Amino acid sequence: MAASSETKGEGTLRKAFGGVLGFFILLLIGAFAFSIRLFSVIKYESVIHEFDPYFNYRVTQFLTKNGIYDFWNWFDDRTWYPLGRVIGGTVYPGLTLTAGSIWWLLNNLNIPLSVETVCVFTAPIFSANASWATYLLTKEVKGTGAGLTAAALLAMVPSYISRSVAGSYDNEAVAIFALIFTFYLYIKTLNTGSLFYATLNALSYFYMVCSWGGYTFIINLIPMHVLLCIVTGRYSPRLYIAYAPLVVLGTLLASLVPVVGFNAVMTSEHFASFLVFIIIHVVALVYYIKGILSPKMFKVAVTLVVTIGIAVCCAVLAILIALVASSPTKGWSGRSLSLLDPTYASKYIPIIASVSEHQPPTWPSYFMDINVLAFLVPAGIVACFLPLSDASSFMVLYITTSVYFSGVMVRLMLVLAPAACIMSGIALSEAFDVFTRSIKLQLPKLFESPSGSGDIDSTQDEVVKVDNKSATDKSETAPKERPSKKNRKKEREIVETTIKKPLNAKRLLVLPLEASSVAILLLIIFGAFYVVHCVWAAAEAYSAPSIVLTSHSHDGLHVFDDFREAYAWLRHNTDVDDKVASWWDYGYQTTAMANRTVIVDNNTWNNTHIATVGTAMSSPEKPAWEIFNSLDVKYVLVVFGGLVGYPSDDINKFLWMVRIGGGVFPHIREPDYLRDGQYRIDAHATPTMLNCLMYKLSYYRFVETDGKGFDRVRRTEIGKKHFKLTHFEEVFTTHHWMVRIYKLKSPKNRIRGKSKKSKSNSKTGPSNSKRHSNLRKNPW
Amino acid sequence: MGRTSAAMAVFLFLLLSLFSILQLVSSSPEIRVLSAERRIDVTAPITRVFLTLKVENAGTSEVSEVLLAFPPTEAEHLAILKASVAEGKRKKKTYVPLSVNPSESPDAPNGARLYSVSLRSPLKSGEATTVEAFYVLTHLLEPFPAEISQSEAQLVYYRDSATLLSPYHIVEQITSIKTPSNKVESFTSVDPTSRVGSELRYGPYHDHGPYSYSPVIVHFENNNPFAVVEELVREIEISHWGSLQIRDHYKLKHAGARHKGVFSRLEYQFKQSISGVASFRHLLTKLPPRVHSVYYRDEIGNISSSHLRIDSHKSELEIEPRYPLFGGWKATFTIGYGLPLQDFLFESHDGRRYLNFSFGCPLIETMVDDLTVKVILPEGSRNPTAAVPFPVDQHLETTYSYLDVVGRTTVVLQKRNVVPEHNIPFQVYYDFNPIFMLAEPLMLISAVFLFFVACITYVHVDLSIGKSS
Repeated sequence: MAASSETKGEGTLRKAFGGVLGFFILLLIGAFAFSIRLFSVIKYESVIHEFDPYFNYRVTQFLTKNGIYDFWNWFDDRTWYPLGRVIGGTVYPGLTLTAGSIWWLLNNLNIPLSVETVCVFTAPIFSANASWATYLLTKEVKGTGAGLTAAALLAMVPSYISRSVAGSYDNEAVAIFALIFTFYLYIKTLNTGSLFYATLNALSYFYMVCSWGGYTFIINLIPMHVLLCIVTGRYSPRLYIAYAPLVVLGTLLASLVPVVGFNAVMTSEHFASFLVFIIIHVVALVYYIKGILSPKMFKVAVTLVVTIGIAVCCAVLAILIALVASSPTKGWSGRSLSLLDPTYASKYIPIIASVSEHQPPTWPSYFMDINVLAFLVPAGIVACFLPLSDASSFMVLYITTSVYFSGVMVRLMLVLAPAACIMSGIALSEAFDVFTRSIKLQLPKLFESPSGSGDIDSTQDEVVKVDNKSATDKSETAPKERPSKKNRKKEREIVETTIKKPLNAKRLLVLPLEASSVAILLLIIFGAFYVVHCVWAAAEAYSAPSIVLTSHSHDGLHVFDDFREAYAWLRHNTDVDDKVASWWDYGYQTTAMANRTVIVDNNTWNNTHIATVGTAMSSPEKPAWEIFNSLDVKYVLVVFGGLVGYPSDDINKFLWMVRIGGGVFPHIREPDYLRDGQYRIDAHATPTMLNCLMYKLSYYRFVETDGKGFDRVRRTEIGKKHFKLTHFEEVFTTHHWMVRIYKLKSPKNRIRGKSKKSKSNSKTGPSNSKRHSNLRKNPW
Repeated sequence: MGRTSAAMAVFLFLLLSLFSILQLVSSSPEIRVLSAERRIDVTAPITRVFLTLKVENAGTSEVSEVLLAFPPTEAEHLAILKASVAEGKRKKKTYVPLSVNPSESPDAPNGARLYSVSLRSPLKSGEATTVEAFYVLTHLLEPFPAEISQSEAQLVYYRDSATLLSPYHIVEQITSIKTPSNKVESFTSVDPTSRVGSELRYGPYHDHGPYSYSPVIVHFENNNPFAVVEELVREIEISHWGSLQIRDHYKLKHAGARHKGVFSRLEYQFKQSISGVASFRHLLTKLPPRVHSVYYRDEIGNISSSHLRIDSHKSELEIEPRYPLFGGWKATFTIGYGLPLQDFLFESHDGRRYLNFSFGCPLIETMVDDLTVKVILPEGSRNPTAAVPFPVDQHLETTYSYLDVVGRTTVVLQKRNVVPEHNIPFQVYYDFNPIFMLAEPLMLISAVFLFFVACITYVHVDLSIGKSS
């Protein structure tokens, strides 16, 4: 009796120690998740990355400057000229509001950080949050050990790092946290049946809706899981509590977000949730009736209800189908459709297909992005089936669907990453559990077999310890629970007893000592490989801000800062209301960095407008001039990598311009730009290609740099070398020629002849004639 | 109608009589300038003039001040005016600075502005002395043609008078103008005028009466960088924890002839000798020695093209704006750095602390149109006073920095038309109690402490409404 109380005291101490240890491990995981993402700041600088983050940054600047009400009503006239864009109603405000409130809070504490700094570090902060959320979620599914492992894995998974390095200020940065946290609260509600968590779940879902269009994944996955539970006969009141408030509150809250609005009830993405909502009510009613009626009466009632119910359902379904079918896209948005039918986008919406992150991934990208997790996931799925609980079945469903989605679009690898981490966390934790237990059970035998005594004692001791350990695992949640929630304790006890049984069975599952120690060693090597890969990916592959490029040459680091050079030039040396035309990729950056009005930007909401710009770029000079002039464009910006070998330049994107332009304006035909189905810019290129505006603006006077006009990206000499521009003039080219800015010549100069002008204006005469003679040197 | 004109007449009469009284008091027509030598340096965008006047008191009474006159075009661009007098013989010759004050004179024609130089000892009748004056003028060179293309050189006009504008009779005078090169397109000839190499000489002229003026125009090539900082805000933040943080926000402009038409990178890169001669891409910044944590950035991030050279006497930062600046092009950027506090902060005899720092712009050979120096004193400092050796506008502000509660007192000094000659030390005196240094750490410690107390309370207090058995 005394001994048992002693072990009990020891147990509480161990519990407390385990709690503190777990807390510090979590703290370290958070710090690690934050700091592994700082490579970009240390290696480059604290700057916003890529394209979309610049838009988010600009929106945040507006929010912090003008306040929330102006933000909701913001009509942006500096983009999509002359249409403009209602930013407040078309943007997912979660990220902006998050960073805006962080900034506001800091500034009220007199910590004068700039908006840019706050934006740069939002993503790392939220990845720390995401790893903590992963811990919570996995702990609900498989206990603390798995939770910690999964959190550690998520903190450094390359796929997530690619979207959340410092400076990558994009929706996904906070959305992944929101996604995991929503799932956690769902599972938590499912495990506890608490309405409190159900409400929190709806709020968390609201945050997710605010943050990212990917919220549709949640609102489809959870109904699927509920349906699965119902079909497999796992319906319980807890399931009802977990689901019904989420749909009601979640939909209400979601429709508060301007960008979602009535879409929350009208588009097909949300139908599944309502369908399951009806089903769960029917099931709940059935269970209720079953409870109050005698079995015989119940059978009668079932037949009655089923006949009437089927009739009603058929009618409703018919109406629904008719409604949905009346819409051309069947009520689905283009991106969702391209998920369900991977070939859809390339057939009908070239804009979606033209984005590289919407392409299906290649196999190496799986290895690059989730690395060894890909091998651990199956083991995790197996572990989820031993035993299968509501929570683990949810995880299985999550991993299966996310594997499919990641196979359709590279971008959705991001959704797969948390699932893969959780699965691998479970797998690793279970494996370590089995191996260490078998070592633990056999080690004393190894040492004490010569003496022979105390053999039974020690094994008994072990059993006690193992039991203790499981108890600590289970009661980990206890300190955090409020005493007022003790009504749930009963339920937890049930769970514990169900888990204790397999634990006794596990005692039989003992592997040989040598095998298990070797396996542990291998697992550690495996994990170490993962860590090395992740750190490498964070440091080398994903930390480049893409607006600054660097190259290592024999005389040290060389920096290509051409984009900012061009944007800064535009910002300071053009009129504030000038319009700049470029391909849509550079729209966000131009508005944010150069503060000039653009024609199209990365939002791509108006296909016709983009097609107009695409048409202008693929037309000869004069029609292009006319198109641009009709849009009040004053400057045209092209990105050209031929001099330094920067591959993602406009010439390489040019076929998409032709395709998108041709989709709306049929006189632009893709075959005109291809020679025998091949895209080329050398001497064999088609005349249409060599005369189009994009070619001319890219290669204007390029031949004079090396005398041959050798393009280092296409690795060929250009087709048409000497030509002059009649409707455009070069006003700025950056140091490495990566950005070239041309000005539209004013129509007056074009109509009057040069001789006339020189006569009327004697001052400019000499310079004009000088230029003329310069040009005459060329054979053209 | 008649009434108003009568009133006007009375007013005019009063005014005239007032002037005549003033004239009796202040003007000193007894002074004669025996010789005047003027050396004008127009090689840089900043015009520097050295003037040597040998004045003689031809009157009967003692004279204690000498007047210098400037035409209104020069007066409004006058950045600094210094005068000194040479004392001692040959080798022991030292220049003693004299005080210069703006002055008024009724007989100055056409808005000519006068400055009076107070002599050290009054000049007795018949005595002569030599006064040296040095003054700097900005924005005086006017580019002509006002717009040039990339391949053209920049030509500027310099307008002045062949004779020195002076309220006195000048017996003999000579003016020389130094241009940056031999390339002088044209100049007004006022005999005798001669040109030797890059120097243009007007004079000697004899016996010109007061306020004689004969305008001349020199048209010459000047490809020196016409870098003008339109606005410079310097923030100097003192932390008694041992460092001085400086942030300089520049708005730079190429104020020369405007760039016209095409900018061809090809020509700029491959024909450097003939292309873009009037543009500039490098600027040199002189920073104090022992500078650390230097950054050079603008609103869209770091500018990667700069070089820092540090030695024990000075630090030099060579900066390159994002793009070469042609005429009329602008750029904004920020240079920030830290300095050890003990080099600049001292304690005066009366126990007050004072900051001793250089006024003016660290960019060499650059004029600043509008300079604001903000000295941010540590939180809790009181009674700030600034001692600047030339007139500036000053006022106080409050700045909030990291975790400030009451804010930091900030001394704001503003001056227009600043030239490198203004880079002389100024002082800001203030009272500071070192106990304030502990305010913020204590605040943080108490916040953390309160957090733990809150945690402990939360864990130990049962807030539930109903007790479950």
